[in-house]
Amino acid sequence: MSELRTIDAIRAALDEALASDKAVCILGEDVTVGGPFGATKGLVERYGDWRIRNTPISEGTVVGLAAGAAAVGLRPIVEVMFVDFITLAMDQLVNHAAKLHYMSGGQIRVPLTIRIQGGAVGAMGAHHSQSLEAWFLHVPGLKVVAPSTPADAKALLLAAIRDDDPVLFLEHRGLYWSRGEVPDDPADAVPTGGAVTRRTGTDATIVSWSRMAHSAEEAAVVLRTDGIDVEVIDLRWLAPLDIEAVLASVRKTHHLVIAHEAVERGGVGAEIAATVAASAREELRGPVTRVGAPFAPVPASAELEALFVPSVEAIVQAVRRSVGRPAAAVG
Amino acid sequence: MTSLPPSPPDDSAELLDLLESMWLIRAFEEKVSELYARGRIKGLLHLGIGQEGVAVGAASRVGGDDVVFGGHRAHAHALAKGADPERLLAELAGRSTGYCAGKGGSMHISAPEVGFVTATGIVAGNIPLALGAAYASVVGDRGIVAMAFFGDGAGQAGQFHESLNIASLWNLPLVLVCENNGYAEFTPLSAHTRVERLAIHAATYGIPASTIDGNDVLAVRAAVGEAVQRARAGGGPTFVEALTYRLRGHYEGDPAKYRELSELSDWKARDPIARYTGALVDRGTLDADGTAVDRIERNARERVERAAESALAGPIPKPSDLLTNVYASEPA
Repeated sequence: MSELRTIDAIRAALDEALASDKAVCILGEDVTVGGPFGATKGLVERYGDWRIRNTPISEGTVVGLAAGAAAVGLRPIVEVMFVDFITLAMDQLVNHAAKLHYMSGGQIRVPLTIRIQGGAVGAMGAHHSQSLEAWFLHVPGLKVVAPSTPADAKALLLAAIRDDDPVLFLEHRGLYWSRGEVPDDPADAVPTGGAVTRRTGTDATIVSWSRMAHSAEEAAVVLRTDGIDVEVIDLRWLAPLDIEAVLASVRKTHHLVIAHEAVERGGVGAEIAATVAASAREELRGPVTRVGAPFAPVPASAELEALFVPSVEAIVQAVRRSVGRPAAAVG
Repeated sequence: MTSLPPSPPDDSAELLDLLESMWLIRAFEEKVSELYARGRIKGLLHLGIGQEGVAVGAASRVGGDDVVFGGHRAHAHALAKGADPERLLAELAGRSTGYCAGKGGSMHISAPEVGFVTATGIVAGNIPLALGAAYASVVGDRGIVAMAFFGDGAGQAGQFHESLNIASLWNLPLVLVCENNGYAEFTPLSAHTRVERLAIHAATYGIPASTIDGNDVLAVRAAVGEAVQRARAGGGPTFVEALTYRLRGHYEGDPAKYRELSELSDWKARDPIARYTGALVDRGTLDADGTAVDRIERNARERVERAAESALAGPIPKPSDLLTNVYASEPA
């Protein structure tokens, strides 16, 4: 075990993937100097400037280039510097990378990983802070994964790279410098499939992912002092969605709260709520409640940004509403 | 008149192959047009009748391992690269025996076993994909060349310019074949850009380029041959702008009222197959009495008839096929 920051765990995964498979390569803006957060720092010295390829600011074409390279046998990783910039690559991602396997009747595989960081942290404003995962869940052929811990970041990134489908690997900038134990030996790596139960409980289930999974755990600690025993599920993969893990927990707790940093409207929470309502309505003893950001672009002001991101308190209140025990006063 | 060099480097068999290939494509497209009119083929069908010289001339200079990416008008490119007419027609007809098991259709042909990786319904969308194959060739030291076919309409798309820039910057083995047929969908090129010749864009990015008569199969063959040679020798990308004309509408059913009948008849007079046939007769490769030409046409039409018959007898996809191949694998 080593204690690593998330950003270091990501770099370790990239290094391991590059070392073990010559088909792996990295493309992106400034990747030869490590990018803005250092994820690729030092890799060009080890793997050369063809496998670690600096690209112009042409996201659409670079994602298409990587999809084309994947279609003929490479296993490319594209770093899209901010999630907001993936909008420029929607044609190649949605129309080509996601669909080539299906459209070709299974003849073509697109083992492409797109690393994107995002999240509302650092007062960077509306073009450098979004959480856009819901868009990609809607696209057949794409896989979406959003780790919350350094150990998951490493193991899930390796799983994404080794996967034969296009995978969006969503990193939260606010987690880059948080530390955690990461197994050194690949044989000890955390399991990469499906959701993980971060905390077991009997009274209510909070489903979350990425940075909000930590807020969910904090909310569970607060609620425990009130005698509400909360189970926290970190989904990790949003596509395919491990709905069985959610349903199993709801069958136990009968109350469900979904917490995400993306705007609540049209978010992943709506998909989970609808699926649970359709599959386990009889198990629910309270309303399924969503906690998400308000319906606004991410503001630049640090004070407004702090209001934009759903708080631990908001999750606590949502659980109280769901279990029918609203607090007398909000502290 | 199609120009033959004074002492052609090709032997007669090779020259006849080009004619046979053009006739196969013409017969194929005329057949699918007929089947479409009869409701045996559905969907959107973009035919390239009249443009066969570009596909055949270009494909004749790439090898089996080289990879080709087509646009939405790509039947000719797939066939020229060696795709089987029967499996292609089955795909157009939505049969499970088609190249893509009926999931691709006319605009998403994929025949990777003959190096035709994919086509696309998005104008200019295939250029970055071909660029990626060229990059993969360098990274993997494979020595293959990637080729993208696109129309003049792609020249005003961002991905076109981004791709030319990267191809040039990285010196990638990419051959860009622009079929300038004068119209993007229903609009003449002049209404989309002041740039009359798309090859001018290549100059901006420092890519060697030429504008040639696309209805002269040998001119295409020569220009693309040079481009492929340059790419294989590590000399980077080349842009070939082939001036041509589609004799049909943008899609089957398009009455094409946006163009003058005189324009159509002018271009019919420059039909690449008739011109090349004349050149071969002049050269003495074909007899002037027309028997050999007739035989080539008849063989092509018979081959396509047989292909159509078998293709249409093929099974339609099963309901369960709807949900297969969405993913290549489950997550680990």
